[in-house]
Amino acid sequence: MSLLDRMKRIDRRILFLLMAAGVAIPLLFRPTLTVHPSPIVSRVFDKIESLPEGSKILMSFDYGPSTVPENQPMAEAIARHVLRRRLKLYMVSAWTTGQAQADLLIESVMRTDFTDRVYGEDWVHLGYKAGNQGMINAIFGAMRNLYTTDAAGTNVDAIPMMRDVQSLRDMDLIVDIASGFPGVKEWIQFAGDPGNIPVAGGVTAVEALLLYPYYPRQLLGLMGGLQGAAEYEAALVAKYPEYRDDSKALQIMGPQYVAHLLIVVFILIGNATYFAERRRQKRGRIAGGRS
Amino acid sequence: MKRQIPLIITFSVGALLVLAMFIPHDPFAAANDELSVWFDIIASFAFILGGGNLLRIHGDKIYRRRRDWPYSIVTLGGFLLMLGAGLWSGAVSRGNAMAPGSLFQALYVAAYAPMMSTMYSLLAFFVASASYRAFRAKTREATVLLLAAFVILVGRTPVGYHLTSWIPQPFEFLEIPNLFGWILAYPNTAGQRAIMIGIALGIISTSLRLILGIERSHLGGD
Repeated sequence: MSLLDRMKRIDRRILFLLMAAGVAIPLLFRPTLTVHPSPIVSRVFDKIESLPEGSKILMSFDYGPSTVPENQPMAEAIARHVLRRRLKLYMVSAWTTGQAQADLLIESVMRTDFTDRVYGEDWVHLGYKAGNQGMINAIFGAMRNLYTTDAAGTNVDAIPMMRDVQSLRDMDLIVDIASGFPGVKEWIQFAGDPGNIPVAGGVTAVEALLLYPYYPRQLLGLMGGLQGAAEYEAALVAKYPEYRDDSKALQIMGPQYVAHLLIVVFILIGNATYFAERRRQKRGRIAGGRS
Repeated sequence: MKRQIPLIITFSVGALLVLAMFIPHDPFAAANDELSVWFDIIASFAFILGGGNLLRIHGDKIYRRRRDWPYSIVTLGGFLLMLGAGLWSGAVSRGNAMAPGSLFQALYVAAYAPMMSTMYSLLAFFVASASYRAFRAKTREATVLLLAAFVILVGRTPVGYHLTSWIPQPFEFLEIPNLFGWILAYPNTAGQRAIMIGIALGIISTSLRLILGIERSHLGGD
């Protein structure tokens, strides 16, 4: 059997094994990669950096466990940045699984790095509400109509940082960390655009392509996939080096780096095999025609 | 009457919300706020409907021993376990089922999250296999798609930067991160906008048909 035939008939389990090794080995050795923040990510960082102390940031958790490797690092980086700058963080969710992801973030960020920040004064977790874009529309006009309590059931009137919040219009920035519907698009359509509230997003790599039509007028900036999260972390670490060890996206860029390289190599080999096979068939036809 | 009352409700609410969009002042704005909350309350009932449907369909499948019925036991078992854990944890923690240390949180972190991550991670293997076998430059269009995919794949990691950072400044537009940005900002945006405008026009026409009572399939029957 020629090399061409072998390459053509390669067992897909070998490809699976190569991919598994390509992801596992960098996970074990954790290579450090240099990431440079792109303009679309820097705009989100610069906006949070420019807001005066006490400004209100609403962060929506619209994703679930399946996209945690991409979404959770961005959510954590934003939360760290917001709390570090002493801005007020309001956490909501339009996804059922989002509330749980926000709870996990509270454990890994608020209860670990920001124990001096007070619940209800510096950050609040309002939890999940059903209705998808209907929920956004409802809180756009009157936040308290829907959010009468926080996620733990405490009346919002008893939460100091909720006292001067009537609607989404009171927010200085909306950051949506999302991986589908409802997501950044719905926050732009039902809150950002009608209320002239800046909206920034953090989404999976697949979702990011769909949001470019909104950038830069309706969408302030965007973190797309793990690369976007790593770029935000790079910007955060450059300004606040104490967060170097907390940069999850930067730490797991290695497996993505190798996996993407592998896919490119597979595409190249697959195409080389295809063209070689086509040439062989062409030659065979010419030889057949002569005889 | 069974058909006329829902049609009147659809027309009144639809027309009111369209007016509220263009006249964002009271009484339209107040009506919009109130109706949005009603919508969210109704949306919450979808969970009960969804849960009931799941129980009915899988219960029936198990009862009649239809094809692959043992999987339905797993589905119902998982559903009832999470539902029970959520209700129990919510009752114990006064409404917060995800309270640290609760049974629901433990199940979410130890079972649900790893299972969902595993399912999504399997995509990497399918993409690897597909990239080797299916992604071929068979036609001119496929070649363009392949080249764009190549730039996007490489541009999504620091590989692109490392591969092309040596390119001299007059030709820096050829650096992969710049090509990546160009593809997303121009060809991708143009295509996406065209699709989005088409979808929006479709939604407007469907909504108008519903509001005006031309489209009645949501009322059931013919």
